[in-house]
Amino acid sequence: MADNSKNPATNPATTQVQTTGHVWDDDLQEFNNPLPVWWTYTFYVTMVFALVYWVVYPSWPIGKGFLTGVNTITYKNAEGQDESWHWNTRAKLLKEMQDATLAQKPYFDKLTALPYDKIAKDPELSSFVVSAGKTLFSDNCAPCHQSGGQGKIGFFPNLTDDDWIYGGSYDKINETISNGRHGYMPPFGEALEADQIDDLANYVATLSGLKADAAKAAKGKELFHGQTGACYYCHNNDGKGRKDIGSANLTDKVWLWADVPGAADDAGKVAAIRKTISTGVNKGVMPAWNGRLSEKQIKLLTEYVHELGGGK
Amino acid sequence: MSFKHEIVETNAGVLLVLTMMAISVGGLVEIAPLFFIKDTTEKVDGVRPYTPLESRGRDLYVREGCYLCHSQMIRPFRDEQLRYGHYSLAAESKYDHPFQWGSKRTGPDLARVGGKYSNEWHVQHLLSPRSVVPESVMPNYPWLLETKLDISDVGDRMRALRVVGVPYSANQEEYDRNVKQFGEKVAKTLVIADAQKNLVAQAQEGNYDGDRSSVSEMDALVAYLQVLGTMVDFSKIKPEELVKFR
Repeated sequence: MADNSKNPATNPATTQVQTTGHVWDDDLQEFNNPLPVWWTYTFYVTMVFALVYWVVYPSWPIGKGFLTGVNTITYKNAEGQDESWHWNTRAKLLKEMQDATLAQKPYFDKLTALPYDKIAKDPELSSFVVSAGKTLFSDNCAPCHQSGGQGKIGFFPNLTDDDWIYGGSYDKINETISNGRHGYMPPFGEALEADQIDDLANYVATLSGLKADAAKAAKGKELFHGQTGACYYCHNNDGKGRKDIGSANLTDKVWLWADVPGAADDAGKVAAIRKTISTGVNKGVMPAWNGRLSEKQIKLLTEYVHELGGGK
Repeated sequence: MSFKHEIVETNAGVLLVLTMMAISVGGLVEIAPLFFIKDTTEKVDGVRPYTPLESRGRDLYVREGCYLCHSQMIRPFRDEQLRYGHYSLAAESKYDHPFQWGSKRTGPDLARVGGKYSNEWHVQHLLSPRSVVPESVMPNYPWLLETKLDISDVGDRMRALRVVGVPYSANQEEYDRNVKQFGEKVAKTLVIADAQKNLVAQAQEGNYDGDRSSVSEMDALVAYLQVLGTMVDFSKIKPEELVKFR
């Protein structure tokens, strides 16, 4: 015998259901079932939720204002007094920022009070500096100085080596971050003849122990220290540069503007130096951060950068 | 005769009309009142229309589809404030037509990118993003530096923006009003008749692309990026005042 219960068209349980009266192919019908009960009740629950939300949170616009809801948020105003306003995301953010500042306060108080060299010796504080500094550095500094502070030749200085254009002391690093920098070297391409620039490039190469044409280097030396080239004005007689104006140390084998490490051979290294002398430098711009970051954050970053490896 | 839901379900025309009425209630109740609530736009100093060069840079921003990956809307959340800076205000995009808030962040938000990096960084980053941010998926835009900026129609573009409410000045009366509102220095950059002159002067002075000999598309785009989010001085505003605009 056929089991009729499996066939909805002939099953007595389903044939009681209201239909729309549409029938196809003898037994194919369109049922008109009511919505499931769980669905209907969920729908009613959302209505109740909407009413509660309406009462608690800002909701409907009314006339020239809107219903603000009964929920409030209390935060501190600029005078340090408690102030309440109806719940909104800006008030919530202000409160959250103030709570977070409060949670970090013991660390930042200690950081502000201690001199730089003591911070590194406090294990708890220095681990705070490393974790908070890493976030600040990644957000703000890494796009130029790269994630590990290794910099980029031709653009942005390496912060992990011993060479500091403007000085690597705590105060100097702080000054650089706060006020920014603008490195400049005039282009000598038009002021000097091509062979004079070549002579100078050979001399500069010898300053950091690179192989160069000795005869040309000798002529370059005269230009460097004489009034024609007058390189010594900024780079000093010993070629070690001046940190107060940010002129490069040419003797330390660390290169930023001339891509000497990237050159394949000695001739290429001299050519890289020649190019920098000829075109000068007008892109050593670091933005000032004192408006964007707070004094405390800059102090923390100073400590972080100093501890990257190269600090003096 | 009692109402039967069946009538709606079996008459497509009635269903359509009733559906549209139900949907438009949402829009009318949620959107329309915003035009009358005075507190929607915060009263803050410093917001001004873009200069001709910045405005052309903005056109390029739209042309290159930057908005597809970058938003310009810092939301009032702690993580966003810590990373990008102060949350965006409605007032800060009041001269944007259309605004560039965006809804997709493949790249970072740019609402406060102005002044964060140097011009050289922007130029290098637009030419070859991975040379400075190794993990970036942003395409290269080498043509920006090679292409001379078309400045022939900058006046017309400002006239069009003036029609929709941006206070670029077309006559002495409007100029005087701008002087009152923005100060003389800014008002001068908003004069439509001087648009080309002002554009070239700003590109020369700012030297955004590192080459003063001509005005490239790079000049315009970097000038635009460098002004984003810099107009309002938040050190002069108490945070709790902005809370009260919501």
